[in-house]
Amino acid sequence: MTEQKTLSLNMGPQHPSTHGVLRLVLELDGETVVSTKPVIGYLHTGIEKTMESKLYYKALPCTDRMDYLSPMNNNLAYCLAVEKLMDIEVPEKVKWVRVILSELSRIKSHLFWLGTHAIDLGAMSMLLYAIRERESIVDVYEAVAGQRMMTSYVRIGGLAYDLPSDFEEKVRTAVKNVTNGLSDYEKLLTDNEIFINRTKNVAVISGEDAIAWSLSGPMLRGSGIKHDLRKANPYSGYENFDFDVPIGENGDAYDRYKVRLEEIRQSLKIINQALDGMPEGPYRAHVPGVVLPPKEDVLYKMESMIFHFKIITDGFEAPSGSVYHAIESPKGELGFYISGDGTNTPRRVRVRPPSFINLACIPALTEGGLFADVVCAIGTIDIVLGEVDR
Amino acid sequence: MGAVVEMEEKLRGFLNEKFGDGVIREESFRDQVSFYVKAELLADICQAILDNPELDVKYLSDITAVDWLGHESESEGRFEVCYNLYSLGQKYRFFLKVRANEDELTIPTLSLIWPSANWMEREVYDLFGVNFEGHPDLTKILTPDELEGHPLRQDYPLTYEVPQFTWNKDDPPEVIK
Repeated sequence: MTEQKTLSLNMGPQHPSTHGVLRLVLELDGETVVSTKPVIGYLHTGIEKTMESKLYYKALPCTDRMDYLSPMNNNLAYCLAVEKLMDIEVPEKVKWVRVILSELSRIKSHLFWLGTHAIDLGAMSMLLYAIRERESIVDVYEAVAGQRMMTSYVRIGGLAYDLPSDFEEKVRTAVKNVTNGLSDYEKLLTDNEIFINRTKNVAVISGEDAIAWSLSGPMLRGSGIKHDLRKANPYSGYENFDFDVPIGENGDAYDRYKVRLEEIRQSLKIINQALDGMPEGPYRAHVPGVVLPPKEDVLYKMESMIFHFKIITDGFEAPSGSVYHAIESPKGELGFYISGDGTNTPRRVRVRPPSFINLACIPALTEGGLFADVVCAIGTIDIVLGEVDR
Repeated sequence: MGAVVEMEEKLRGFLNEKFGDGVIREESFRDQVSFYVKAELLADICQAILDNPELDVKYLSDITAVDWLGHESESEGRFEVCYNLYSLGQKYRFFLKVRANEDELTIPTLSLIWPSANWMEREVYDLFGVNFEGHPDLTKILTPDELEGHPLRQDYPLTYEVPQFTWNKDDPPEVIK
């Protein structure tokens, strides 16, 4: 009899299917995974510390760089937290525009996830189709912010600029393209036998375990827990829109795929409602000394220019106290915990990163399964290492 | 809004009845309720909250810490470790907070109650140096192994490293504080 031994296998950090720089140390018994040990931190850039050293306004661009697949959601979460800290109420129009942009962000992030997840499992053409539709959403970003990825468009108390005249047209084009694309994806994947074999009953987590592991977003809903912060604690006017929260049954990778695909459909529904009923109004709140005055006023009004100058150089002083505001980002619950201390820089900016907390459960998803399914488990969590490591 | 007030009353009643002395004070800021509790009772309080079906709080959303060095509230304890709890059924969020000074920076772990607390506590340990007693694997998670100190403490300076180009590639690396 020869002695039975397990094999240690290092996967990553530079590995195409780890979606960045995730490293897994796997213990294998034949094809079966005995233990998984994730090692992270290769992309740690100290974003929280950097934000704590900046004025409230100037910390905003740091948020784009965490989850770079859905920058608008990160901007929104940060701005809502600062607005809560400073007790600012934004105009109706701003809320609606923010809803449209954050839903577009959700679609964009889900499309990219769909492409990369399918490519991990061998469906090479999916990425090309997903990127094709994503392109028209990036065009909307470019029209509003002048930037395709790091938008920084949502600002404290409002938006960076007023909407361009072709905004509605561009969004409608994006909605049309994604709607057409969705039926293509369904044809390619939903009944695809290879895809079903690779994802059904793989990386299963029960609803109870999902809560114990603090999972959020599609990871939680795929396990049958109907929880969506847009419904549970509506922010930015989400209570005005009619949409459903899709849930899965088995908590496997296939259910999470279906949940995400249905979420895209619901997002399209929200965008259409928001475009149809968009109110008119200013694009920034009027709170002198805290919210930057509109750029047009700065050029012609003395007082606006003084406030503009003062806010850019000195910022504003936040009260002593801590606030937490969470939004439903494409990955899950993205929250900002901001502590003010009476000065013009935050004492503490904590990001509650959904990718980081969802990734922690990867040993539970992979142990006891096949080695080939590890790739599926990483993909189905939908991580962005920029957000995991910050 | 009524449900939120009711939930708050229920929680306050529960904490005061079971852990009368354990709750030091209560704070409400921007409709957000925080209970400051004694460090040694934290794990018991969390277990009791989790086990109580009436409260329906099963979700640990986040663990973080704040360093109040030099602030007027430092007298209560320099570090504030903050536990963000959420009730999925009642859609209600509240905070448990623990204050501790540097010399007594040991707090019972929650990773035996919620498995997700494992990584959250490792992060707080890595960035703030808070020790979690009873944690199964309290090691660094984000910063490199060779980095000394805890970067998110207020007395840890932000530094700037001069980039090396062809004209200064032979100079020793320069770090400006």
